Amino acid sequence: MRHRLQFAGKKLLRMILLLLGVSLAAFLLMNASPLDPLQTNIGQAALGSMSQEQIEVLEAYWGKNTPPAERYLQWLGSALRGDFGDSLLYRRPVLQIIGERLGGSLWLMVSAWILSGVLGFLLGAAAGWTRGKWPDRLIRGYCLLISSTPVFWLAILLLLVFAVWLGILPIGLSVPIGADAASVTLADRLAHAILPALTLSVTGVANIALHTREKMIDVLESDYVLFARARGESKSSILLRHGLRNMALPAITLQFGSISEIIGGSVIAEQVFSYPGLGQAAVSAGLGSDMPLLLGITVVTAALVFGGNFIADLLYGVIDPRIRRRAAHK
Amino acid sequence: MNPILEVRHLSISFLQYESGFRRRMLTVIRDLSLTVLPGEIVAVVGSSGSGKSLLAHGILGLLPYNASMQGSILYDGTPLDPARAARLRGKEISLVPQGVNYLDPLMTVGAQLRKGERGAEIKKRCREVLARYGLKEETQSLYPFELSGGMARRVLISSAVLQSPRLILADEPTPGLDAQSAGRILGHFREMAKGGAGVLFITHDLDLALTVSNRVVVLYAGETVEEASASDFASGKLRHPYTQALWKALPCGEFTAVSGAQPYPGEIEQGCLFAPRCPHCRAQCTSGEIPYHPAGNGWVRCLLSPQEEE
Repeated sequence: MRHRLQFAGKKLLRMILLLLGVSLAAFLLMNASPLDPLQTNIGQAALGSMSQEQIEVLEAYWGKNTPPAERYLQWLGSALRGDFGDSLLYRRPVLQIIGERLGGSLWLMVSAWILSGVLGFLLGAAAGWTRGKWPDRLIRGYCLLISSTPVFWLAILLLLVFAVWLGILPIGLSVPIGADAASVTLADRLAHAILPALTLSVTGVANIALHTREKMIDVLESDYVLFARARGESKSSILLRHGLRNMALPAITLQFGSISEIIGGSVIAEQVFSYPGLGQAAVSAGLGSDMPLLLGITVVTAALVFGGNFIADLLYGVIDPRIRRRAAHK
Repeated sequence: MNPILEVRHLSISFLQYESGFRRRMLTVIRDLSLTVLPGEIVAVVGSSGSGKSLLAHGILGLLPYNASMQGSILYDGTPLDPARAARLRGKEISLVPQGVNYLDPLMTVGAQLRKGERGAEIKKRCREVLARYGLKEETQSLYPFELSGGMARRVLISSAVLQSPRLILADEPTPGLDAQSAGRILGHFREMAKGGAGVLFITHDLDLALTVSNRVVVLYAGETVEEASASDFASGKLRHPYTQALWKALPCGEFTAVSGAQPYPGEIEQGCLFAPRCPHCRAQCTSGEIPYHPAGNGWVRCLLSPQEEE
């Protein structure tokens, strides 16, 4: 029990340091951005017609007159108390916006995450099992093709095929255009999420499948599989008893490690499909110099990624007796 | 008595990719012949890199996908093709592999021994077999990483005898063990042979092979150079210069080593593979095929007749 607490404590400390580092890096990058918040958000023409006093008020609002160190420390101080401030663009609390946007994005990301994980694992295992034969070639060809395709291009392609040519799926947004919020059905929401989720899944599959394939080949060439075959174990027994068990560890690493890729991909996919999720909010916060919102999103997504890796660490101990028993002996 | 295993003119080659897309066949085992009788331990001795492990894998029909095999293997008088090998392995033919990495690292010893079978019968048999090798019941719930070297080897032997096999292929079952533990392990093989099983004992250790086996087959660079009975060594009736050199290198021999090293597969194209290191090498030794022929109660692949040697 004691080592578990120690383990959790160490991880927690690491997470705090990571979030600090990530927020500082995001702040510095934003600070170094050549975009002028007034120019981008208000526009040259509007600024020209304003009085000097009005401009000064706006500059104060966008934090142009405060030194960067002071701004960051101010943000950090209130963030530590749980207050992530108000978004400058939306004029509402950052956490509220993140909550809303995450609600839209989360199940998009979760469904893409599960789909790409399951499909990637199955395809990779099948390819490794049939190494060199046609199913392997087919799967590998698909994976290499997809890996070398940019996400945004794939998103546009799907949009073109399903929304423009076939016309069976909506072209963008998360609900029908002009519909009353009360009249939007679950079917509507589903139909709008299919394409972005598909984009994310299709790209995620390739990476996981290729890695799983390699691991499958490693396992099949291992001494213990040779011995299992020498002892007369059937192919299905080798696959089910030895193959899956030994592939579980790398699969977990890949699956939980892919959270970051799914979040990264969602930024692009949501942009292409104008899907109002967290990814899109991150883009508008970045382009619109909305420092509190961007830092809030950065911290939340970093925590999600960290949480995923933490869960993977915990699962290792469940699956691998070398980790579990060593820890217990201590 | 009919042999339980007969290997005739066995060759194993690998398809190897050289620089670019050029491929070549690399022959790792060439013209290997041996027989194993029931109740007999036949040692196959050769230094590392002479293709010993591949022999066991070839008999079991478990060669890697890029390997091919020529010649014939007869088990119990009938050809052992891959399909028959697949039916017999783990039942009549058992492998005792080299070490603990032949056990699945994520599975308990008991689960691996049972091979997925359930029921009281198999559990009872596992318990009995483990007990026979001095392993406690609790060993079954251990993972391979928790086993000591000696325990792991006894577990591997247990797994081989669980099905009362008629042919046991022991692939270097004793490396890294002290003489006493190795002797104990070899004692187990002698018991199995007494029970009527044929044992093919693959090793690099001639000294050890002589203590346990009835006959010794000597490999040099993947080729059988001599088959001799164990008593031929001490009585000085050895036929091949390489075997003589091996014997002389032992502490109980003259304790002298022959210079040079075994050639790599494909390095020497024709003639005797030992020719460059042989003290009796002559012109006809370096060309053509050297036949493997009977000599006394053994076999030899050498042009030198025993009389000349004296």
